Amino acid sequence: MKTQTSYKRRRSVSYAKWGYFFIAPFFIIYFTFQLIPLLSTFYNSFFESYRVGLTQVGPNFVGFQNYVQILTESELPRFAANTFILWIIGFIPQILVAMALALIFTSYRLNIKGQGIFKTVIYMPNLIMASAFSMLFFALFSDQGPVNILLVSTGIIDEPFRFLSNTNATRGLIASMNYLMWFGNTTILLMAGIMGIDQNLFEAAEVDGASSVNVFFRVTLPLLAPILIYVLITSMIGGIQMFDVPQILTNGNGNPDRTSMTMIMYLNKHLASKNYGLAGVVSVLIFIVTGIFSVFVYRSLTKSSREEKKIINKKYKVKRKGGSYGY
Amino acid sequence: MKKLIVLLLALVMVFSMVACGEKPVETEEPTEASTETEEVTDAETEAPEVAEEGKVLNIYCWNEEFQTRFKTFYEDAGKVPEGVTINWVITPNENNAYQNKLDEALLAQADAADDDKIDLFLIEADYALKYVNTDYTLDVINEVGLTEEDVADMYQYTKDICTADGKLKGVSWQACPAGVIYRRSIAKEVIGSDDPADVQAALADWDKFDAVAADAKEKGYFMVSGYDDDYRVFSNNISEPWVTDDKITIDPSVKRWVEQTKLYTDNGYNNKASLWSAEQWAGAKDDGTVMTYFGPGWFFDFCLMPNCLADSEGEAEVGNGSYGDWGIVKGPQGFFWGGTWVCAAAGTDNVSLVKDIMYTLTCDVDTLTSITETYNDFTNNVPAMEAFAADENFGSDFLGGQNFVSVLLDSAQSISMENIGPYDQGMTEEFQKAFKDYFDGVVDEETAYENFYTAIMEKYPNLSK
Repeated sequence: MKTQTSYKRRRSVSYAKWGYFFIAPFFIIYFTFQLIPLLSTFYNSFFESYRVGLTQVGPNFVGFQNYVQILTESELPRFAANTFILWIIGFIPQILVAMALALIFTSYRLNIKGQGIFKTVIYMPNLIMASAFSMLFFALFSDQGPVNILLVSTGIIDEPFRFLSNTNATRGLIASMNYLMWFGNTTILLMAGIMGIDQNLFEAAEVDGASSVNVFFRVTLPLLAPILIYVLITSMIGGIQMFDVPQILTNGNGNPDRTSMTMIMYLNKHLASKNYGLAGVVSVLIFIVTGIFSVFVYRSLTKSSREEKKIINKKYKVKRKGGSYGY
Repeated sequence: MKKLIVLLLALVMVFSMVACGEKPVETEEPTEASTETEEVTDAETEAPEVAEEGKVLNIYCWNEEFQTRFKTFYEDAGKVPEGVTINWVITPNENNAYQNKLDEALLAQADAADDDKIDLFLIEADYALKYVNTDYTLDVINEVGLTEEDVADMYQYTKDICTADGKLKGVSWQACPAGVIYRRSIAKEVIGSDDPADVQAALADWDKFDAVAADAKEKGYFMVSGYDDDYRVFSNNISEPWVTDDKITIDPSVKRWVEQTKLYTDNGYNNKASLWSAEQWAGAKDDGTVMTYFGPGWFFDFCLMPNCLADSEGEAEVGNGSYGDWGIVKGPQGFFWGGTWVCAAAGTDNVSLVKDIMYTLTCDVDTLTSITETYNDFTNNVPAMEAFAADENFGSDFLGGQNFVSVLLDSAQSISMENIGPYDQGMTEEFQKAFKDYFDGVVDEETAYENFYTAIMEKYPNLSK
């Protein structure tokens, strides 16, 4: 039997502990400002605790009663549907337009001049505060606001169209705001992704006689997959937590008829009466939903690399059993 | 060059972190103890920590109405003692921000530093009971130092609303009887005359009011500007409180409002405006087509008048917009709307200053008379108001020279506070919000009621249907 060469006795200087020092600040801050509030939210959701006027009711331990109340009596599923709708009708145009723009900007044939200016301009809406943006849209699209005045005076419509009393119009406005704020960011990301693809692949495809459409679907898209999935997951998490734009636009009510009320807006309603019990439940449920989605997307993202690891592990095991190859 | 930029950025970041540590209000150097030596004996009957008056008076309110009156009649009259700074903490009412801030301050009162303690705060009729029923407000007579005599001339209802367990907890400078404010030029066309007596006859009850609304529509005018304008008339005349034993009751009077507004909206008698929105005031301008607004003195002075001017920077006088083209009548039902009460916060360190402010601005008949003359408020002094009503020469330019006090006088005497409760504000807001969807045609009546109950139980989790 071969004795294993002992590599352990070799003296070496380990700088490993410095790594821990450098990542420590993040973990300390995460622990204090994220983990402890997270755990205390879980804890609070089992209590009945709210304030009426200036008198505090609770905290009284009620176990899962709050969960039952939220899951059966409240309209949380409806608000979840609202959140999803608001997210998706903003996200689809966002990704399509961003993809189109990214392709146009990175195309050698088109060779657009002044790309720097374009990139700056499309990124700028991202810098506006969502609340200021919503106030602007609220003023623009109000019953006698500039947009209505314009539409009526040019004769497109006869009477002012009440945007904020119409479900689809309100949702459309919220989706447009989200789209405007984020499509610049997505374009830049996709551009970076496309520029990272090896130019040789494109040349090889052209040599093989692929049309532009084929090149796009067979070469660009599969290689952009990691970036696309990153965009999808971050946008989804942002979408689940959508709050500022609809809150300001509809003044906290998600009108009309709460059709634009998102889950976090609903949570905020409970906080108006300092109802930490019910608000805690909504938080926990959102956390679980986000967790499930993230795990799902993460697993599909790393599916190929996990499969590769499995294959390597199998090979390694076979080799170990079969004989020594000097590993 | 790069290093320079990096250095500048670092400095900017450091300075921005340091800058937010500055205190915006600096308290002045304490000079002598304040000049109110003779009132210290009064103060000493109160809580033991008030031995010496504080140097900062913290006043919490939501707009500048009280501030303007305070400045004119207290500060400019030189009554603020030496060395005392008045600190105005004004938080608008939007999304309940004012009450949230007030609640946090009151709950932290015991541990706050003397200069940070809240001393005086203002409350509205809608949520008065929320504060009056607690120990956070001081008894105006026994603890702050006003006398029964001082408040004797006030309208009884303004005292009733702020009385809990027999203790008076807040005082007001205004009584708020309200009426129908009509546009004279439009009334001439629709009713045939703009004389208050004729207009009152034409609007004497709700059926007549509806009939005039139909006429107005034919002639191209809106009767009211939106859904919530006359809500208060109905909600004031309810026969039982909104909440009894934590159970919600919706009064028939309020249901009448729902019916009327739905009818008006479907027939186009209103302009679908929301309360306090730009659209509401657009109907009051020179070319506006709204015939009536509902409200008391503060409504037509503080809200309607500035918004009816064509030139907002110019003088408020006849010729500027629709100024002067308005009149007021009692309307189909008497009602009141709001009102602001001044309360002393428990634990205040400026008790005698608070007492003096309360006396000057709410009890002193000279101040109240001036307030009526300058601001068209219906002030809280029965003899003074009766004198104004009888005075033939008193009139408001905004109302075309009309003496509004005589119109509102008997409404003021008949206002009843029997059915108010601590949940009124939430009820009013959520009811109006829920039914806006019904009037817009987005939901049906059943759903609107359901939505109302859902929203109100989120706001007040202890209530049930």
